Amino acid sequence: MRKILVGIKRVVDYNVRVRVKPDGSGVALEGVKMSVNPFDEIALEEALRIKERGEASEVVAVSIGTEDAQQQLRTALAMGADRAILVKVSEAVDPLVASRVLVAIAQQENADLVILGKQAIDDDAAQTAPMVAALWGRPQATFASKITLEGSVATVIREVDAGLETIAVDLPAVFSADLRLNEPRYVKLPDIMKAKKKPLDIIEFSALGIAADVGLKTVFVEPPKPRSKGIVVKDVAELVDALQKKGLI
Amino acid sequence: MSKILVIAEHDGAKLNQATARAVTCARQIPDAHVTIAVFAADPAAVAADAATLAGVDAVVTVAHSANETALAAVLAPQIVAVAAHYTHVLAASTAFGKDLLPRVAALLGVPQISDAMAVEGAYKFKRPTYAGNAIVTLEASPDRILVASVRGASFEPAARGGNAPISALSVTVELPTHTRYVSLSAAASSDRPDLASAAKVISGGRALGSKENFALIYSLASKMGAAVGASRAAVDAGYAPNELQVGQTGKIIAPQLYVAVGISGAIQHLTGIKDAKTIVAINKDAEAPIFEVSDFGLVADLFVVLPEIEKALAG
Repeated sequence: MRKILVGIKRVVDYNVRVRVKPDGSGVALEGVKMSVNPFDEIALEEALRIKERGEASEVVAVSIGTEDAQQQLRTALAMGADRAILVKVSEAVDPLVASRVLVAIAQQENADLVILGKQAIDDDAAQTAPMVAALWGRPQATFASKITLEGSVATVIREVDAGLETIAVDLPAVFSADLRLNEPRYVKLPDIMKAKKKPLDIIEFSALGIAADVGLKTVFVEPPKPRSKGIVVKDVAELVDALQKKGLI
Repeated sequence: MSKILVIAEHDGAKLNQATARAVTCARQIPDAHVTIAVFAADPAAVAADAATLAGVDAVVTVAHSANETALAAVLAPQIVAVAAHYTHVLAASTAFGKDLLPRVAALLGVPQISDAMAVEGAYKFKRPTYAGNAIVTLEASPDRILVASVRGASFEPAARGGNAPISALSVTVELPTHTRYVSLSAAASSDRPDLASAAKVISGGRALGSKENFALIYSLASKMGAAVGASRAAVDAGYAPNELQVGQTGKIIAPQLYVAVGISGAIQHLTGIKDAKTIVAINKDAEAPIFEVSDFGLVADLFVVLPEIEKALAG
């Protein structure tokens, strides 16, 4: 039976408006609400549905983060993951490093499917799924909005710029979840209690023998330049007039 | 000298405008020599198109039947083979580039800079994070190939008037068969301007209330010669197809005119439009955040004013 690995990243909650620190060293994270990256929740939901259809036997949630990322892994366990692995790091790692870690875990676990979010809403890099696939030497099906499994082949509908593209990939493979793949379930209280008893293993990043430095330095972080505030027009005539004066209509 | 390889995005006949924007980014890299690489079953037409872009020094082509459709797993090893002769590999940060470039970077064993929005040096770029709320300046190591995707909204498309030489490359790498193209279904009609490159865009939000009402947006767009976009809420509700979504997780656009109709303006949406030259917001909630970024705001019921605007345009 198939085994599914799902990536879970701890990120600043979707509803938080982040502030850049005045010294340009990064964004202020103290006291800010943290959550599971929304796309990772969709990835996990998909893994759980595949298992519930009887098409997989185990769902393993993996996070690469600090000690605190255990909270997000507990959420993943409450949603229904069978067990969790935290690869403990002292600070955020580059997607290339995260990908090397995920490949190491995928190989160790003999995973058949690795399902990740299409991007994390903190760094917005959208790199990890293709990087994992490349380093693992496996197919990738990014921006998935539908995944169908049959034997050793997955048929995937992808959200691309031109519309919806369908591709077929041989398993094992890496998938990245797009918004319309599913709607993640809500966690119920009894599930939170049950999740406390599920296994959560912690692996030290240093034990994997992967270099943390990939030669990319953050020099400076700054807030975006604000748009100057415009005017409120009183009616359609004034709006049309203003746009005509600018030669826009 | 910076030897820059820009990967062409195309439909088999023409170069995508997003690649012309990536060329502009490439040109801003100090001491740049810019080459466009066209991977296709028959690259002749696209290569000829690419060669006319101003600022392009060379076009190289790789013809292979496996390149009939663009699959990242098939293209990446070919790009890696070509990239050995270059200092930088760039592509547009479109669905195509987002799927492809990280695979290339990982095979090269280098990190990637996603969504480059400003060139600060040959190995130094700015990029947006947190839905555009924190701009990060990154510096990569000059002793390895730099891979970067280019945020199209931050760069104008390169002009025409170039006449770059075209040469064919033969690339002998084993191509995987584990990934197969099946089909493409394009929901939006193709006689409308393309959302990513249109000069005018009209987007509808949740306030439209139904797929039927969303026709009001299409109607006004037709009158104005504009492309149609949608907020995530409108796409999630099924009022508009996925490829029309504008925002952090959809398309990032920079039209001359952007009209947001019935869109409240979540930060995730605003990050997709803030490079628009002029933003018009129509919303009946005067407190909606969209009015914080709009140049012209109209606090009104969209169902009343959209027909009025159409009428005004007709007259």
